[in-house]
Amino acid sequence: MAIIPATWDMYEMFQAIFQAPTYHLIFEALLILWIIKLIFSKSYAPGKTVLTEKEKEALIEDWHPEPLAPDVPDDHPVLQAMNNNIISGKAEKYVTVRGKRCINMATLNFLGMVGDESIEAVTIKCLRKYGVGSCGPRGFYGTMDVHLELEDRLAKFMHCEEAILYSYGFATIASAIPAYSKRGDVIFCDEGVCFAIQKGLVASRSLIKYFKHNNMEDLERLLLEQQAEDQRNPKKAKATRRFLVVEGLYNKHGDICPLPKLIELKWKYKLRIFVEESFSFGVLGASGRGITEHFGINVDEIDLIAASLENSIGSCGGFCCGKKYVIDHQRLSGLGYCFSASLPPMLATAAIEALNIMERDPGICQTLRNNCRMVHDGLSKLSYFHVGSDPLAPIQHLYLTEPSADRDLDTCTLQKIADEAIKNGVALTLSRYLEAEEHHLPLPSIRVAVNAKLSNEEITKVVATIAEASRTVLCTSSL
Amino acid sequence: MVSKGEVVNRSAHDNGKVNGFQNGKKGLTTACRNGNLHTTEDGSGAYFESFEETPLHIAIWTYLSYGLLVVFGHIRDFLRDIGIEKIKSCTEPKMPGFVPLYQSWESFYTRNLYRRVRDCWNRPICSVVGAETEVLERKSNDYGWNFELTDRRLKVMNFGSYNYLGFAEKEGPCVDAVEENIKLCGLSSCGSRQELGYQEIHKELDDLVAEFLGVEAAITVPMGFATNSMNMPCLVGKGSLILSDELNHASLVLGSRLSGAMIKTFKHNDMQDLEAKLRDAVVVGQPRTHRPWKKILIVVEGVYSMEGSIINLPDVIRLKKKYKAYLYLDEAHSMGAIGPNGRGVVEYFGLIPKDVDIMMGTFTKSFCSSGGYIGGNKRLINYLRVQSHAAMYSPSMPPPVVQQIISTMSIIMGLDGTNEGKKRIQQLKWNLRYLRRRLHEMGFIIYGNKDSPIVPLLVYIPSKTVALSRECLARGMGIVVVGFPATPISESRARFCLSAAHTKEMLDKALNILDEVGDLLRLKYSKMTPPKFSEDEIQLVKVRKTPYPSCLPHTYSVPSHVSLVF
Repeated sequence: MAIIPATWDMYEMFQAIFQAPTYHLIFEALLILWIIKLIFSKSYAPGKTVLTEKEKEALIEDWHPEPLAPDVPDDHPVLQAMNNNIISGKAEKYVTVRGKRCINMATLNFLGMVGDESIEAVTIKCLRKYGVGSCGPRGFYGTMDVHLELEDRLAKFMHCEEAILYSYGFATIASAIPAYSKRGDVIFCDEGVCFAIQKGLVASRSLIKYFKHNNMEDLERLLLEQQAEDQRNPKKAKATRRFLVVEGLYNKHGDICPLPKLIELKWKYKLRIFVEESFSFGVLGASGRGITEHFGINVDEIDLIAASLENSIGSCGGFCCGKKYVIDHQRLSGLGYCFSASLPPMLATAAIEALNIMERDPGICQTLRNNCRMVHDGLSKLSYFHVGSDPLAPIQHLYLTEPSADRDLDTCTLQKIADEAIKNGVALTLSRYLEAEEHHLPLPSIRVAVNAKLSNEEITKVVATIAEASRTVLCTSSL
Repeated sequence: MVSKGEVVNRSAHDNGKVNGFQNGKKGLTTACRNGNLHTTEDGSGAYFESFEETPLHIAIWTYLSYGLLVVFGHIRDFLRDIGIEKIKSCTEPKMPGFVPLYQSWESFYTRNLYRRVRDCWNRPICSVVGAETEVLERKSNDYGWNFELTDRRLKVMNFGSYNYLGFAEKEGPCVDAVEENIKLCGLSSCGSRQELGYQEIHKELDDLVAEFLGVEAAITVPMGFATNSMNMPCLVGKGSLILSDELNHASLVLGSRLSGAMIKTFKHNDMQDLEAKLRDAVVVGQPRTHRPWKKILIVVEGVYSMEGSIINLPDVIRLKKKYKAYLYLDEAHSMGAIGPNGRGVVEYFGLIPKDVDIMMGTFTKSFCSSGGYIGGNKRLINYLRVQSHAAMYSPSMPPPVVQQIISTMSIIMGLDGTNEGKKRIQQLKWNLRYLRRRLHEMGFIIYGNKDSPIVPLLVYIPSKTVALSRECLARGMGIVVVGFPATPISESRARFCLSAAHTKEMLDKALNILDEVGDLLRLKYSKMTPPKFSEDEIQLVKVRKTPYPSCLPHTYSVPSHVSLVF
């Protein structure tokens, strides 16, 4: 039987043990003991100090947090500029600052919609129907018929399939970007983009690659880098969405983006392009449809257009428009859309009426551009400033021709010029930035905002006043 | 066998995490509850919160229903893939070389679950959202893919809007003042606070809000959501720690994320967990380097809009002081709605506003306007005025919206010379106690605090949730239902927002509807003995016969020193 040889083996084994030298047996026994010790002994864990309650209390006692907010004195220049320039009454073409009636070259009322009586009449009518607030987000009884109408009208106006309405301009693009771009995706972005876009980029947690402002070579360099990266890792590339985010007309610089070239790059490198049009909507293009109309580009080439209703339209809120399959996604994923109360219905009505005005009289955008050009030409002739903006831009940035090395000093000088201009009947403001937080900080400037309703005489007066104010301030300070 | 009485007692003990301070989901025991809240288990004390446990068989049914929906979803996705079922949604066209904008699994829930029940949300309204409102009837010919409006308008009782004090009105002194204001100040300032968009009326609002809150100063922002998301990053940053309640609103989550600070969550309203995490944070410091944290910010809401719970503020303040943390209190749903004079959760507990470092709230709800505020000491507000993203980069509030807040706030404060505000506050309190008590008595599972203006009714099973919404609408009652992902998957619920504008007749009608539908759908799951609080202790106020002054004292008018001559 098969068992017998096995028994024999066992027998031999025991025999061998008995025959083995004693030192060998002792050695093996020690080894076995060593293994047992290793198995049952605690693993080596250094540095795990357990504090006593008393030590913990002492640590808690010792800890002193930084103050919640740094001290900002009451005479901080920004606070002072704000408190000294309080506006009374309407901020329309003329505005009352510190009791002085001025031509308003500060607020972004490009088409003169603020102060338009027909808009006010319609708004009051709406107020009498819906009250003020909507008392709820869009999902929970906060969708009024006027919201749906405004979305419809905006989509039609922009020749898009669908539009979505937000209750706040800043939240529009800042919510739209993270709705699509997630961790692991790549966003190429112009470094001159506004703060709302920058916040949207941070919220998306994607990889952000900034290219130099309006510099297509730099963008292409980054795209080629990305292409090389993708070829190295094709599996990852298949799941990495690539986005390009630009502004139609840059708030910070007052210049226009080279959209045809961007579209070319979009198709070449397979990017989705998002255009922020807060400053070009209602400004560029024959009927005010913005940058696409300006360049004669089919709006379908752009994946998403976002714009605020707070500038040209003179209401509140913002919208995104594009293809239905793109826009509908935000109705469940746009944070600022889902979790915020909807726009007060009367402000939606005001925006509808403003669109009516633009459709009835498309010439208003042409008038605005004529005014912009005139202001631009006038300001370009001034000796102390250089104008950085495009002649078509409704915001003209005035930079000092001879800036000092000290940013605060320049800001202070410009503020003095603005104050002087207000004294002489032209309301001006500096463009303000959170200096520590901006990705790319532009030079300090006076931002002149142009209104379509300005007459030629008023523009001449504005230019003359700015010239006079700058002369007064800069000559006295250089003395 | 145990006697019936014992069963009742035990089940009340087992199921009822009655005060929200007992063990179970809220994880709190009596020991950590400190003495300043007078709590009793039967609800007769000052602080009563109820979170009855989900009955086991209902939990099983709920998961089964979701399982069934998911299985059917996959079957239909398969049918769509092989082309048997027609695709009715607008899908992404295939663009060669482009990475698809959405992953298919990302939209599975939307496509297969949400789409079936879409009619319960986004119902269009065509009137003021007062105690009653008009809903435009929609109809879908393709099972929820697309809707079209019919010509019918349904007049429904509104239990969905956050119109707590009933200021959603189309006539009356507030609306008159707003109309006047549109003519005076226009619709927008078109400029940020720092860029010549700071109007006199904004200053007036800032001052009034500060006075209302009892703080040194306040700043206002045109959107409530953005008040959180745009100001939190100014307060903390890298090297700081945010301790956030797990049920905090999306805007607080976004604001925390944008700030770059480390975020840790603690269990909802659980002071033991908060203390453990606070202690740990101070003792251990930052991860890896063990450097001490620069600041620790506790972020909580006053009233939680999905749970109907009220934050245990006395304990939060005690812990905050003990560990030298800062406190950010979001009073979106509590400001105006609770407290003897409508000043929110701080007043509700009889605490001092100074103990809360950052008092945040919105104007959308009780004030029926739009926007939000932050109040605090002068140093904080000065800093926010120069550093807040909102003050710098976005236009200030539209003046008519500001006027509505000023008018309603003046009424709440009694500055208009009437007791209208007091009347509304008391009416709301009575309404919410009444509705809550009756629902408890009917045997529904109701969550939350007895004084919260939001009353969540637990339905659990997704199909019943939707059926409840549809049945109520058909009977003339507009309610909000919420399910996953806004709530945990097994806790779908209906939510009633009370308003001072609701009359007792309306509440009775609503209760009858709920009683009927509750029986129809078998929603009366509760095994708890109904709590003993009552609305009788609320003193209703009659309006004094003094007529309104034609103009509110805070109505804005051009001061005489302003020259209007150019």
